[in-house]
Amino acid sequence: MSVTVFNWTVALPEIFLAVSGIIILVAGVLQRKGEGFFPAAILSLAAFLVCGFLVVFSSSGAGYAGTFVNDGFARFMKELILAGGFVAVALCVSYRTPERQTLPFETPVLMLFSTLGAMLMASSANLMTLFVGLELSSLSIYILCAVERENVFSSEAGMKYFILGSLASGLLLYGISLVYGYAGTLEYTGLVDAVRATAMPPMGLVVGLVFIVVGLCFKLSAVPFHMWTPDVYQGAPTPVTAYMAGAPKFAAFALFLRVMAGPFGSIAPRWQILIETVSVLSMVYGAFAAIPQTNIKRLMAYSSIGHMGYAMMGLAAASTAGTQATLIYLAAYFVMNAGVFAGITAMRRNGREVNSIADLAGLGRSDPGMALALAIFMFSMVGAPPLAGFFGKFMVFAAAWQSGLYVLVCIGALSSVVGAYYYLRVVKVMYFDAPAHALDHPAPSLVFVSGGMGIATVVFAIVLGPLMSVAHQAALALAG
Amino acid sequence: MNPAIASVGLGPYLFVSAALLVLGVFGIFLNRKNIIVLLMSMELILLSANLNLVAFSSAHGDLSGQVMVLFVLTIAAAEAAIGLAIVTVYFRNRGSIQVEDVTMMKG
Repeated sequence: MSVTVFNWTVALPEIFLAVSGIIILVAGVLQRKGEGFFPAAILSLAAFLVCGFLVVFSSSGAGYAGTFVNDGFARFMKELILAGGFVAVALCVSYRTPERQTLPFETPVLMLFSTLGAMLMASSANLMTLFVGLELSSLSIYILCAVERENVFSSEAGMKYFILGSLASGLLLYGISLVYGYAGTLEYTGLVDAVRATAMPPMGLVVGLVFIVVGLCFKLSAVPFHMWTPDVYQGAPTPVTAYMAGAPKFAAFALFLRVMAGPFGSIAPRWQILIETVSVLSMVYGAFAAIPQTNIKRLMAYSSIGHMGYAMMGLAAASTAGTQATLIYLAAYFVMNAGVFAGITAMRRNGREVNSIADLAGLGRSDPGMALALAIFMFSMVGAPPLAGFFGKFMVFAAAWQSGLYVLVCIGALSSVVGAYYYLRVVKVMYFDAPAHALDHPAPSLVFVSGGMGIATVVFAIVLGPLMSVAHQAALALAG
Repeated sequence: MNPAIASVGLGPYLFVSAALLVLGVFGIFLNRKNIIVLLMSMELILLSANLNLVAFSSAHGDLSGQVMVLFVLTIAAAEAAIGLAIVTVYFRNRGSIQVEDVTMMKG
């Protein structure tokens, strides 16, 4: 990789997204107060769609003096990230009603910028790009959490996420500085050589790697760095929670896979145990801590902690099959998670937002369509065949089994049995509990998102073949 | 290698930066009073990493570490601005910025 190669076209989707973000922001400022939201949201959705097409046709290769790389893996992750951003903005549109205009027009724009940062993370070929992308993504999310300025829960969520998130970024940066010091380079290609050069990597390098893993686990909300998750998920406005449960998680996984399978792939036995531990803790904690929850957003927080544990299983396998399994798992997680959040955004009674699981009682009769969609997502999260979640779980279990991580697979299977309890409790409340007052009719965009994701969850088995071959290509591109 | 680094060695730089990191982390976890102190602790953590980067960059004779420091300084400024904005919004809603009061949600 020559240092003089500029090759700017590899970042065309990112450039497009950045420019459209700035244009939407300026256009929004020029509108009268309160009128800019809808156009800004629609333009952001359009920008996501166009960017998605640009990503599909973007050229492969390295650019920007080796700090940026575009390959099959980056394209796969970017499509997932963009889909996550798209769904979150679509939820924003219906979250804001004429009576409750709590979200300012900056919300979709900030989501757009955060998505841009996440895409940069997926394409990073240098620790500098990694950090800048991560911060662009995180700083936007800090603001998004606290975006409902009159709401004390929202600002408390923003405060908590800001403090713990910047601590994590600081630790990650310290890790980067140590890796730089002991490897002598920030580029992944240089790191590969530095790590392979010695049989025993220097202590400073290993310590730096551990700091990086800790920082990324924070962003992923993996146990033991999960403490912010339930509070922030509960306090942030629902579309923002939906965003946080999607795109940033995919981006953090993209980084994890890129850094671990790339530069540090040759010392896999040294970090595998770390990832295994985090994975086991996340699965078990996510399953047990969700049981006593009464707020559905908190429940989804614990659920996402658990899902991150399962997805990390593929990473712990440290093989091409493992990478492929993680990618499939993330795709399955995306469809069911986005659908559930569309359902949660639709939970309103007389225009006021309600978030308790008990509020879903009787939904099976008052709104059979939404209840059916939510039931499908819950069964999929349990891992019931033939829904999306089953294939995700099956793939990571198979990959971990092939790599000889038998204990990990057994613990994963047991904790998904425990997880079934709280997912199915939601289904039970919807269909068998004494009905509460009926919820309001969901907005069209919510019906669209939950319906679309419901269909995607059911027909996942049909698209699994092509999806697997794309994920396989992506995993091969990563392995180089 | 830079003559200044060559005469004292890399050790003292790494030691100071590790000390700053520990101070910053303890500042966050042991502080039970004011949220502004947390923001200061975060700056300490970022600066400790910056010190590391500059020292290593000088020792390796490689400029990329120093370029990274410039990026980090910019990001740290943006982060501090966002942090203070969130503190302001929080104070308007809650009337306090004591760490022990940030407990509306639990469980």
